Amino acid sequence: MSGPKTGAKYGRDEWAQWGIALVLFAVVPLLGKKYFVSMGNEILVMGLFAMGFNLLYGVTGMLSFGQAAYYGVGAYTVGLLLSKGVAPFWVALPATMAVGGALALVLGPLCIRLSGVYFTMLTLAFAEMVWGIVFKWYDFTGGDNGIQGIPMPELLQSPLRYYYFTLAVVFVSFWLIRRIVASPFGAVLQSIRENPERTGFIGVKVRRYQLAAMVLSGVFAALAGGLFAGYQHSIHPDMLHWTKSGEVILMSILGGVSSFFGPLMGAAVIVFIEDMIGKYTEFWEIWIGGIMLAIVIFFPRGVIGTFDTWITRWRDHGKHAGTAARP
Amino acid sequence: MDGSLLVAQLISGLTSAMTLFLVASGLTLIFGVVNVFNFAHGSFYLLGAYFAYQVVAVSGVNFWAGVLLAALGAGAAGMLMEYFFLRRIYGRAGEAGFQILLTYSFILIIDDVVKMIWGTDYKSISKPEILSGPFSFGEVTMPRYDLVVIVIGLAVAFGMWAAIKKTRFGRNLRAISSNREMASSLGVNVPLTLSLVFGLATALGGLSGALSAPVRTVTPGAGIEVIIGSLIVVVIGGLGNFWGALVGALVIGEVTAFGILFLPQWAILFSYAVMALVLIFRPEGLLMKRGAVG
Repeated sequence: MSGPKTGAKYGRDEWAQWGIALVLFAVVPLLGKKYFVSMGNEILVMGLFAMGFNLLYGVTGMLSFGQAAYYGVGAYTVGLLLSKGVAPFWVALPATMAVGGALALVLGPLCIRLSGVYFTMLTLAFAEMVWGIVFKWYDFTGGDNGIQGIPMPELLQSPLRYYYFTLAVVFVSFWLIRRIVASPFGAVLQSIRENPERTGFIGVKVRRYQLAAMVLSGVFAALAGGLFAGYQHSIHPDMLHWTKSGEVILMSILGGVSSFFGPLMGAAVIVFIEDMIGKYTEFWEIWIGGIMLAIVIFFPRGVIGTFDTWITRWRDHGKHAGTAARP
Repeated sequence: MDGSLLVAQLISGLTSAMTLFLVASGLTLIFGVVNVFNFAHGSFYLLGAYFAYQVVAVSGVNFWAGVLLAALGAGAAGMLMEYFFLRRIYGRAGEAGFQILLTYSFILIIDDVVKMIWGTDYKSISKPEILSGPFSFGEVTMPRYDLVVIVIGLAVAFGMWAAIKKTRFGRNLRAISSNREMASSLGVNVPLTLSLVFGLATALGGLSGALSAPVRTVTPGAGIEVIIGSLIVVVIGGLGNFWGALVGALVIGEVTAFGILFLPQWAILFSYAVMALVLIFRPEGLLMKRGAVG
C-alpha cells in the first residue's frame, strides 16, 4: 500500500485541490438549504476525523480499529466541561486535544506492544473498554442518556456561524496534518509504514514514532468529536461505539489512503450515502458492509484512488503521444 | 460470603469459559492454519444462536438435533465466506489489513441479515426438560445444563487436540501451518483443507452460540461482544495457540464471574485489566514462546 506522496513543496495540482475543497465548502451553505449546512458540517467533522485516522493508517501503516474512543472522548470533554459549567467553549475545544492526546498516551503504549492484526484488535478492545466506561458511569457521563442541551457561547449559536467556525478549524487542522506528513518526522512515519524493521535498523526508535502517530491521530479525532458536540448540542455513547471506528476506516479506504484529501472525499460520500439510505431503510449497515466488501475485492486502492490512477495514466498517455509526435 | 456462593460462581465462570473457548479455539485455529484473523467469528456464534432458535423454538425440532444443525449451518456459512470472498485476497500485498476489512464487512452484513429475518427483539429457547433442574454432587449443586456445557467444551478440546495430533487431516493442518507452499508441493490439497478448517472453526462458533441460546437471550449485536471476549482470550493465551485459547478462556471466565461478585457494574473491566497486565509483562501471551511476536 503506498501512502501520500511527500515533498515539502506544494505542486500546482495540490494547490488546486486545496482551492477547490475550500471554495466548495465555503459555498455550500449559501445554496440556501438548512439541510446543506448540517450535512456540510458533518462532512467536515468526519473528514477531520478520517484525515487524522489516515495519519495513523495511510501514513504510518497502523490500522487502528479504536479511533471512536478518541472521537467520543473529545465530544464528552466539550459536553461535560460545558454542561457542568466548568469551562467556556473556547477553553473546552482546545482541551479536547489535550484529553485525546493523553488518552493515546495511556492506551498507545499497550497497543503498540503488538503489531499487525494484534495491534488492530488491541485498539478495538481498549476502545470498547472506554465505551463501556462512558456507557456505565451514569453519575458522571449520564450513561446511555448522553448529555443534552450543551450550552454554547452566543457567538456560535447560529448553525451557519458554527459551520464557518468548523470550516476554519478543520482546514487549519488539514494544513497542520499536511505539514506533519511533509516534515522529516512524517518521512520517518512513512518509512515505518514501508518497513518497520529496517527503519529500526537505521537507528530510529520505531515505537516512539508509532506512539507519536497515535497521539497525533487521537488529538485530531478528539478535536473532531469536540466540534461535533458543539454543533449537535448533544452527545451520546454511540459516538464511541466500534461501528464509528469502522466508519472512519471505510471513509479512508473509500477515498483512498494514499491521496491527501482521499479520506475527506470518502467522508463526503459516506455521510451522503448514510443520509440517503437512512431515509428509506433502517438497514444501513448491510449497505456499508456491502460497499466495504466491494472495495476490498474490486478496488483495493480505494475507489477514488483507482480513478485517480486511471486519470493519471490517461493524462500521461496523452503527454507521451504529444512528445512522440514532435520531430 | 459463604463457600457455596463461591463454588456457584466458580462453576458459572467455568460454563462461560467453555462457551468462550469454543469461539476462541476456532479463531485461533483459523489464525494458525489459514493465517487469517477472522474478525467476523463472533457473527457465526450469532448465526448459530439464531439457527438454533429457528430450528428448536420455531420448527419444534429436538434440542440436540437443533444444536447440531445450527453448528452445521454456521459452518456452511463460514465455508461460503471463505470460498467466495476470503480466498480472493490470499497473498495480496497488505493482506492483513484487507482481511480485517473484509471480515468486518461480514459482521455488518450478517448483523443486518439477522435483523431482517428475525427482527430486533430478544429471543430465547428453553432447555431440554431433563437438563432444566439442578445437579448435586455431594455438597455442590449446579445447574445440569451447565454441567453438560462444561462436558461438551472439554470433549471438544480433547477431540480437537486428538484430531490435530493423531489424524491425517491434523497432520495436513500442521504442515500447512508451518509452510503452505511446501505442504502443497507434497500433495496436500491446500485450498480444500483451508475451506474445511474454516468450516470446522465457524461450526465451533455456531455450536457455542447454539449452546448459549438457552442461558443467554439472543440478540443481534451479540457477535461483536463475543469477538471482543474471544479476542481478549486469545491475547491472554497467545493467538494461534490451541491450549492458549483454553487457558485464556478459563482465566477470563473466572475473572468475570468473580468480578460480578465484587463489583457488578464494572465486572467487564476486569478482563481488560488482565489483558493489559498480560500485554505489559508477556505480550506474546501466556502460552507462547518468548519472541514469537514481533
